[in-house]
Amino acid sequence: MKFVSPVEDNPVDQLRIVGLPIERIDGRSKAAGEARYTLDLHDVIPGQAVGYPICSGIATGRIISMDLARARQVPGVIAIVTADTVGQIGQGVHSNASLLGGPLVEHYHQALGLVVAETFEQARAAAGLVKIEYEARAGEFDLSQTKDNAVPGKIATNEEPDSHLGDFASAFAEAPFRIDEHYETPDQSAAMIEPHASIAAWDGDRLTVWTAAQVVGRVMDDLPAILGIPRDNIRLIAPPIGGGFGGKSRMASDLLLAILGARAVGRPVRVSLPRAAIFNNTTRRPATLQRIRIGATADGRITALAHDGWSGDLHFARSEPCVLATRQLYGGANRQTTTRLSHLDLPKAGSMRAPGEASGLMALEIAIDEMAEKLGMDPVEFRIKNDVQHNPEVPTRPFTIRQANECLRVGAKQFDWHRRSATPGGFRDGNWHIGMGVALGIRQHRYVRSGARVQLDNRGIITVETDMTDIGTGSLTIIAQVAAEAMGVNLNRVVVRLGDSDFPRSPGSVGQLGASHATAGVYAACVKLREAIMTKLRFNSEDAQFLDGCVCNATRTISLAEAASEGPITVEDFVEYGENIVRGFDSATFVAHFVKTAVHTATAEIKVLHMLAVCAAGRILNPKLARSQVVGGMTMGIGAALMEGLSVDKNIGYFVNHDLASYEVPVHADIPRQDVIFIEETDPLASPVKAKGVGELGLCGTAAAIANSIHNAVGVRIRSYPITSDKIIAALPRH
Amino acid sequence: MRPFTYQRVRSIDEALAAAARENNAMFIAGGTNLLDLMKLEIESPQHLIDLNGLPFDKIEVTDSGGVRIGALVRNSDLLADARIRRDYSVLARAVAAGASAQIRNQATVAGNLLQRVRCPYFYDVNQRCNKRSRGSGCPAIEGISRSHALLGVSDTCIAAHPSDMAVALRVLDATIETVCQSGKRRHIPIAEFYCLPDDTPQRETVLEAGELITGITLPPPVGGIQIYRKLRDRRSFAFALVSAAVIVKKEGSPRIALGGLASKPWRDEQAEKAAGVEIILDRLLCGATPTDMNSFKLDLARRLVTSILAEPQASMS
Repeated sequence: MKFVSPVEDNPVDQLRIVGLPIERIDGRSKAAGEARYTLDLHDVIPGQAVGYPICSGIATGRIISMDLARARQVPGVIAIVTADTVGQIGQGVHSNASLLGGPLVEHYHQALGLVVAETFEQARAAAGLVKIEYEARAGEFDLSQTKDNAVPGKIATNEEPDSHLGDFASAFAEAPFRIDEHYETPDQSAAMIEPHASIAAWDGDRLTVWTAAQVVGRVMDDLPAILGIPRDNIRLIAPPIGGGFGGKSRMASDLLLAILGARAVGRPVRVSLPRAAIFNNTTRRPATLQRIRIGATADGRITALAHDGWSGDLHFARSEPCVLATRQLYGGANRQTTTRLSHLDLPKAGSMRAPGEASGLMALEIAIDEMAEKLGMDPVEFRIKNDVQHNPEVPTRPFTIRQANECLRVGAKQFDWHRRSATPGGFRDGNWHIGMGVALGIRQHRYVRSGARVQLDNRGIITVETDMTDIGTGSLTIIAQVAAEAMGVNLNRVVVRLGDSDFPRSPGSVGQLGASHATAGVYAACVKLREAIMTKLRFNSEDAQFLDGCVCNATRTISLAEAASEGPITVEDFVEYGENIVRGFDSATFVAHFVKTAVHTATAEIKVLHMLAVCAAGRILNPKLARSQVVGGMTMGIGAALMEGLSVDKNIGYFVNHDLASYEVPVHADIPRQDVIFIEETDPLASPVKAKGVGELGLCGTAAAIANSIHNAVGVRIRSYPITSDKIIAALPRH
Repeated sequence: MRPFTYQRVRSIDEALAAAARENNAMFIAGGTNLLDLMKLEIESPQHLIDLNGLPFDKIEVTDSGGVRIGALVRNSDLLADARIRRDYSVLARAVAAGASAQIRNQATVAGNLLQRVRCPYFYDVNQRCNKRSRGSGCPAIEGISRSHALLGVSDTCIAAHPSDMAVALRVLDATIETVCQSGKRRHIPIAEFYCLPDDTPQRETVLEAGELITGITLPPPVGGIQIYRKLRDRRSFAFALVSAAVIVKKEGSPRIALGGLASKPWRDEQAEKAAGVEIILDRLLCGATPTDMNSFKLDLARRLVTSILAEPQASMS
């Protein structure tokens, strides 16, 4: 199905099943502990041995020697795999650093080998006995030191590193009101609960892997390149995933180690990354330094807007596109953005939930608050005034639909925004200063091809197959809803099978693409299946209807099962998007965050009291699951605002807080009342199901709204995340 | 984690004999800290002596009208005990501020006293650490030290003691009861229980090899208003940046013990006698040697104590 024009009414619009707050189909099994994640799959293939990674103890340098003698003597050890033993390893398409290091070491806790043993305990004990002698090299670990040598950085989504329109310098110089500030966001780790885990099994030159992969297709792109075997020889199965947040969006070392271990010992091998290694072994959301300049007229119109972003990665591989949101969110005739990248000898940079927007909005939405304050304007009004209905850098490109102002207006009303004190520090309740903050968020809606296979059998069951994954979001459930809606059957007549490289390719669980595109691919296949059924049963598409498990017109009603009486009907299709859509429009989801926060008058302890997110995100396929996603993003936003951050030891070159005790993410006690409102919206230019995603939107702008509420509470502007009490106290007048 | 042998003991004598007999043996009770340390090979005992069968799980009134808490009393049971909540509420509050419900269900009071520091360099065997390897150096001093100590520290170690419970025990003048290898029993005031790092940071308490904690005694209730406040970056399941156990009575000086600032709960009875909170704090915090990253703790501690003493319920009127 090629998507080239706005969708008209289609079977999904019936909203018989789509749009209902249906509980997750897999919810019970997950809540009851019955869902089986990769490490639980002890029985999918017999004879599994267990591998334990050997990880680098230095940040950068080379291995002089590896003493494996004592490790080999541990009972149960079958083999030890290192770069020396595995022969030539190719480079993946989607990953930059080597997933198996040696003799060169590129970052701390880089995998340097695998001990394979009969049991986990044996493998772990032996790995602890491996002695490695290194020659350490001085590395670059400090972005503030390397930023002056940065180069224009590639952006993963193929956008240009820099952009400009008009004459920023002159407009900024002439603007009567100006701000020019620097902001910092720290490195972050996805810190999901389920560790990275894989099982690999060879059968001759054929390979089967079970792995916690958010995107089956990307790993399937990498494996042939890395292993030098044909893609057809590889099957990848992605079981349910216990959280990813981007940390599992590209192939990680656990999979390569399992594959190489299995090849070395001639048996299936199971590997998971030790918790303490995940933070330095896998990818991070890179720290950013950002500078934002805004010029505005006295009546609150932005005339000049510039955003410069710096980040660092190994070998200049990936920049954090933190300026992307600024290219789309506000008007202003004179503008520029730059993306700069330097080399750092830290673990690989990667995509984490809302890459670019999340860290960019942490800065931009404070800057907007600062500009409003300088103008003496209400920050909601200032944002509303600078709304644009087209891409502000490309005025010929309208948004498919943009209801950012509606989000702000609805939120302001719902949150009693008028009660906010315009003067910071103006409201106090006992020992607590109370403040209110607002921020706008945007998350791009990108267009990605997505395929599916659907089958009708003689029981009338619709089976859907796509390589889409469910990382805990509810993708499986909304896919079932769309298929049931499109085929006119009840939800219990649909079976959804995900996460298998034998199934048609989807974008996977990244970029909040699943809700719109994975479902659209399924919809496309269902349209094809409807046609096949009508042909088989000699219905005319003009007057046939699919209802209650039957096809019917004015004179005939025949059950779907009948169509498959001579054998199942199987079709496959995909959705792809025409250039006129992709190039002709900007498409995005929007959110307005409202936050009330308390700051202790003496100790500057911070308590978020109430949060509201008002979202405009296309059709909401399942409000219950969508709300969960937004609330999850808001929760992550509390972490980003108040506590999350990898601490770089700049002498040694690694993330020091590499476990879940010291890398703090919010606990229940940090989470206040959280409200979510979805603005009525369908987006016929977004996808055939008129939906966009919400999986990342909840995180976009949240941290800045909290930062702004803290400023409103105590009058202190903190521009470096996380905002901890010590930073507030340092900025307060002496006690 | 290295392979180890394991035994359960039923008596003190059996425990002491096992500790004397076995090479590189360690006692285990709740195990909430030791098992983590073993998995990371920070501790690699060859033999574990499981104490959970010993009869140390009671909270009893002593002859002098105080309370004796058995070494194996679980944190959850301690903070739920009616007498502790009524007469030693600072202790109940401190224990409730620590860890998570699941860990408190498992962790014992003796284990709480003996838990190891949470310095991230101590926790990573690839890094130098004078506690783990004497003389290897301390990267925390020049490294990430935001959570570290600044009172009583040395150039070998700046790790802070992580316990909340110990801070409350210090303000309550608790005594640690032990039995030595020789069978001799000792009563160690908590003020003398922990060591400062000096040039022996590997030695964290005055316990001798194979010495076993059997219980903790509290003097008769002191009354007053008892407060425990803990400052941290998230509102549960995090170690203190700074914490304060404070007892305020209508008559006399306040008692103040601070956590998160030193390798032991920090208290100075002489300083408490000074007139006025500013002077008390000046004396209590004097001699601090902070790093750039943790100097905020001094200000935070002052603010915390000042605000506790200023709270209406703590007013001395």
